[in-house]
Amino acid sequence: MKDLKNPVETEQHEWRRQQLQQRLKTWLTIFSPVCLLLVWQFLSQSGLIDARFFPPPTAIVSTFIELLTSGELFQHINISLFRIIAGFLLGVIPGIIIGLCMGLYAPIRHFISPLIMALMPIPTLALLPLILIIFGIGEVSKVVTIAGSVFFPVVINTVAGVISIDKIYLDVAKNYGASRKDFFLKIALPGSLPFMLEGIQMGQAIALLTIVAAEMMGANSGIGYLIWTSYSAFLLKEMFVGLILISFFGYIFSLLIRGLQKKLLPWR
Amino acid sequence: MFYKKENSVTAIENISLTIEDGEFVCLVGPSGCGKTTLLRILAGLENQSSGDFTIEKTDQNRPNQSMVFQERGILPWLTVEENVAFGLNMRHLSKSFIKERTTYFLNKVGLSKFAKMYPKELSGGMKQRVSIARAFANDSEILLMDEPFGALDEQNKYILQEELLSIWSETKKTVLFITHSIDEALYLSDRVLLMSAQPGKIVSEINIDLPRPRKLEDIRTDPEMTSKFIEIWNHLQVEVQGSRL
Repeated sequence: MKDLKNPVETEQHEWRRQQLQQRLKTWLTIFSPVCLLLVWQFLSQSGLIDARFFPPPTAIVSTFIELLTSGELFQHINISLFRIIAGFLLGVIPGIIIGLCMGLYAPIRHFISPLIMALMPIPTLALLPLILIIFGIGEVSKVVTIAGSVFFPVVINTVAGVISIDKIYLDVAKNYGASRKDFFLKIALPGSLPFMLEGIQMGQAIALLTIVAAEMMGANSGIGYLIWTSYSAFLLKEMFVGLILISFFGYIFSLLIRGLQKKLLPWR
Repeated sequence: MFYKKENSVTAIENISLTIEDGEFVCLVGPSGCGKTTLLRILAGLENQSSGDFTIEKTDQNRPNQSMVFQERGILPWLTVEENVAFGLNMRHLSKSFIKERTTYFLNKVGLSKFAKMYPKELSGGMKQRVSIARAFANDSEILLMDEPFGALDEQNKYILQEELLSIWSETKKTVLFITHSIDEALYLSDRVLLMSAQPGKIVSEINIDLPRPRKLEDIRTDPEMTSKFIEIWNHLQVEVQGSRL
């Protein structure tokens, strides 16, 4: 009987097979963007697609390096990151506080939720003219625009998070005599955190969408401005640099928030 | 302790009982008879529409009661250790005291090695051990237990019952324990209270004078225990049949 193998060997074989599969998956993940770039490069250089509209990736990279060494790009990146982070915090922090209050106290929830339901469907960008009138054309208006669009997913998810807390945990807190403050910090906050972080993840994505559009409409610096002015001047290589930067920051922010989730939710 | 209730959708009514300090009392009745309602009122989680109860204090610093819930009663975002310390933390006692008591009771329920783990990594039996340790660590006048072993398999249930009795005999706490298992009631308690179906009333009480420490086998072999088993069994049968009509 050839089938009767050493059990350790069989297990080792199985383990190696799994490792191989894992590595294959990693490679596939890396391979897909590389593949896209190669096809792009080929099509663009062979003239199958118009290189004026779709400059080859190598040309974009050299433009990127040019912009980087001239220092121009850093300015745009700095100002955009500042707007994103400030707007993000200005949206997330009130979102969490109002969301927790709404989740915990039914009267507050019933009072505020119609306002949120009514305001949420309006794209913040459609409000940009109003925001510009109220806050002027300075930095504040961009930060407020981003904050406005980040706020909604955070507040809605936080309320859902508090409501989703199993009633038995509230009983436990009450039975063991938790004070209002302890209840807030030891039950409501950690209990709603998983939902809240999902909301923050969504908010992060929306912040990036908003910053580009906001900078296209009412700014003279930032990545969105770079994209828009390059397009207007038909400098498509510069425009692509802007687009790729946005994609890069989006990816980094998602990774950061996933990391934060792992760190804050070891119990999940 | 004295307690009474009458209501239009009456869950429980005319319940009057006294539990002695250090006594282990089991409350047995058909499902839906209001056992849990009674316990929740005593736990301060529900308000009675009429009636009153008092818990006599032996020490002013002690809380009145602590509850052991059916299941899912431990907080998933706290570690085993933090869960056991929960009641003490809520009372804002000194850090060193909390640490000492928590360690002691973790040791008692055999979970010292799991102190830093989160509940998701524990089995059902281990979770209930955490719940029991938390209640005992809180050192309240009376412990209220709402079918804590209801969801466990037979072997685990027996082990936990044994552990519970061992901690109880050491701490001399007063316990009011709800169950629908006759064996469990006979094995654990000094006194079994039988409840009728809705509206729940206490219809009779049976003293269990089997000497401690007990063995589960005694419940099955002792002729007196067997006759008590049958007595409770008949009562439950009648109640369940009666509530069907």
